[in-house]
Amino acid sequence: MELQGGEAEMIYAEVEGVLQRHGLEREKLIPILQDVQSKLGYLPKEAMQQISEALRIPEVDVYSVGTFYNQFRLNPPGKHQIKVCMGTACHMMGGHIILESFERRLGIKEGETTPDREFSLERVACVGCCALAPVVVVDEKVEAKVSPIRVDGILLAFEIESKKSGEIEKLVEEEGRTQ
Amino acid sequence: MSATGTIIQTYESLKKAAVGKVEALKQKPLVLVGTATCGRAAGALNVLQTFRNEISCRNLDVEVKEVGCIGHCYAEPVVIIAKPGFPALCYGSVDEGMAGRLVVDFLINDDPCYEFAMAALEPNDQFPTFADFPRGVYEKKIILADCGLIDPEDIDHYLAHDGYAALAKALTMDPAEVLEEIKNSKLRGRGGAGFPTGLKWEACRNASGNQKYVICNADEGDPGAFMDRAILESNPHQVLEGLIIAAYTVGAGQGYIYVRAEYPLAVARIRTALEQAREKRLLGESILGSNFNFDIKIFQGSGAFVCGEETSLIASIEGFAGVPNHRPPYPAQAGLHRKPTVINNVKTLSYVPHIIRNGSGWFKSIGTPDSPGTAVFALAGKVVSTGLAEVPMGTTLRTLVYDVGNGIKEDKPFKAVQIGGPSGGCLPESALDLSIDFDSLQQAGAMMGSGGLVVLDEDDCMVEIARFFLDFTQKESCGKCTFCRLGTKQMLDILTEITEGRGKPEDIDLLWELAEDIKAGSLCGLGKTAPNPVLTTIRYFRHEYEAHIQEGRCPALMCKELISYAIIPEKCSKLCNVCIGSCPVEAIYTRDDMLKAIYLDKCVKCNSCMVACPPQYKAVVKVSPPIVEKGGS
Repeated sequence: MELQGGEAEMIYAEVEGVLQRHGLEREKLIPILQDVQSKLGYLPKEAMQQISEALRIPEVDVYSVGTFYNQFRLNPPGKHQIKVCMGTACHMMGGHIILESFERRLGIKEGETTPDREFSLERVACVGCCALAPVVVVDEKVEAKVSPIRVDGILLAFEIESKKSGEIEKLVEEEGRTQ
Repeated sequence: MSATGTIIQTYESLKKAAVGKVEALKQKPLVLVGTATCGRAAGALNVLQTFRNEISCRNLDVEVKEVGCIGHCYAEPVVIIAKPGFPALCYGSVDEGMAGRLVVDFLINDDPCYEFAMAALEPNDQFPTFADFPRGVYEKKIILADCGLIDPEDIDHYLAHDGYAALAKALTMDPAEVLEEIKNSKLRGRGGAGFPTGLKWEACRNASGNQKYVICNADEGDPGAFMDRAILESNPHQVLEGLIIAAYTVGAGQGYIYVRAEYPLAVARIRTALEQAREKRLLGESILGSNFNFDIKIFQGSGAFVCGEETSLIASIEGFAGVPNHRPPYPAQAGLHRKPTVINNVKTLSYVPHIIRNGSGWFKSIGTPDSPGTAVFALAGKVVSTGLAEVPMGTTLRTLVYDVGNGIKEDKPFKAVQIGGPSGGCLPESALDLSIDFDSLQQAGAMMGSGGLVVLDEDDCMVEIARFFLDFTQKESCGKCTFCRLGTKQMLDILTEITEGRGKPEDIDLLWELAEDIKAGSLCGLGKTAPNPVLTTIRYFRHEYEAHIQEGRCPALMCKELISYAIIPEKCSKLCNVCIGSCPVEAIYTRDDMLKAIYLDKCVKCNSCMVACPPQYKAVVKVSPPIVEKGGS
């Protein structure tokens, strides 16, 4: 993935900050990666190289940890993250149908991000709300007992919101022009 | 003054202050809203906000608090209202409207709205308690007793409920005496395998070296179990107390809580609990004035099922990929940083304070002789009352499903229970009278596992269940052992072929053979138990495999490749268009005679039309084997 102008510097500064906060022991590798991901949304190659240099461990070690655990992602996420629970209870109550509905509506497969970077779609093992299956986590908000119709509703809400913020921007712009 | 005297005095003064604070709360009305993750999913935060708004705009003198999970997940969001002069009442499925009404009718006007109430918390002459319902009769709550009733973010609530009394008692005893008590209690690890906790502690205590560790394993990766999350979110101090006692017994100076990063609320509540325990000197230097020093760090796991395995978990904390190692040496001899380490599950540690406080004899009086105590189950799937249930060991599956869980949804016939997650198995109706304990489940081919219990009815395909779990273990296999890495992949491929209608007659025997080999050739628990779901489904539901392979038919009408949807013209109504609106892909059309039909080539089998079709028609059906000709013609 190509970085855009200024992105490399931003990554460097963020990673430097995280490294300083945690210290440079091997035992800190996973917490460092977690923090970098929470700041940047993913683990860029440049960040992993910087961490390997700072911790004095081979790049491949950082890469192996970064790819072993499900939590880490190597590509930037969408603005809105949709996680479909694929635990046992959700699966039995139709979780796969919900995942397919999202895939169909967004035109992407699980693990991918829409081309406009608005949505990314993931499956998660279990969010621990089995009694309310099937469950979808949309940007940290847990949606219970989701149906294919609800999938449309969730996406529609985002659509309306982005339309609204677009309209507000337009209004502000117009106001600026009239004054 | 003696050291013992100091400890008891320090503890008593902490408790006295806490009791005073909690008693003061009882003087005015108190509203408790369950805001664990499951409650939040059902909208508890909106309900909480409604209570706060309504109460503040009416200037009422009412305390509103967030609590954890009471275990009745089917009734979320759950609210408890305790008003002086009335029994404390529990309300289920509360929405914003009901919240507003409770404020006006109950908090202002003294009408407790009994029509909304589920049960009272303590015996009274006005309303039945939980103990008056079948579920309450069969349940025996020990580690879930305070969950959902105390404020998990306030240590004083735990202290007022006898919290940390066991720690104070343990600190006045010799560590060897504490160990003896735990050994006598015959407590077995609740992580799944059921290894005696006392023996684990003893091995670590006897190991040489000054530096030792204790770790709480809260890496609940089993898809279908959520009791560890519920306990950590509802009563984190109970786990901390258990961990501190474990550390005192084995002589550890540093502890870890290894918790899944997917449980952000649990992480936040443990963090608060640790801070508060440090403030009260229940953690840190010279705990309760004794000469025992101990502190706990949180380590967030990054999502790897195999990290539930002790040696993988240790590798993960050390900053490596979570790949398991050979045992021996066991972690109790050489664990984290090659130092003696005790690793216990959240539930195991939660029992420890109760055993120390009430004695090992009390603990042994519950459950069966070889598996004393209780078992906590996460009831999910097609059972009416989903949620957390704690029953004595030895309870039968029938009691658990029909009395505690209130039977199967829509009164459908029972088919099986999936117990123990990916390591466990599916048990059929003939096993319903099996008593639940570590050993009898193992004999039946299943496993206690972490306690996930998914109830399945006639609409659930057993081959698909086996495929689902194999898909999970295959993805989660760390790749170290060839049999696990490649064997599970082969099994998954075969199962996928079967569920898609391309199975071969010899596949069943091949699956069995592969399963035996994977069990023998894998190092850790993940590989050793991964074939269990397949083995048990073949053992008890071979006919379903055969129907898929020989007839291309899925008896449960679940495998998508083997079914198609159809609308029965005789049942369909000309006056109804609901299914057309429900279809996300416009696969339903109106025929010339105004009845509806499905374009089979467009249908994505999402089930929406079947749900949408009004119950008086029930015209949409699934058929297997699938219809081959084009629909509508």
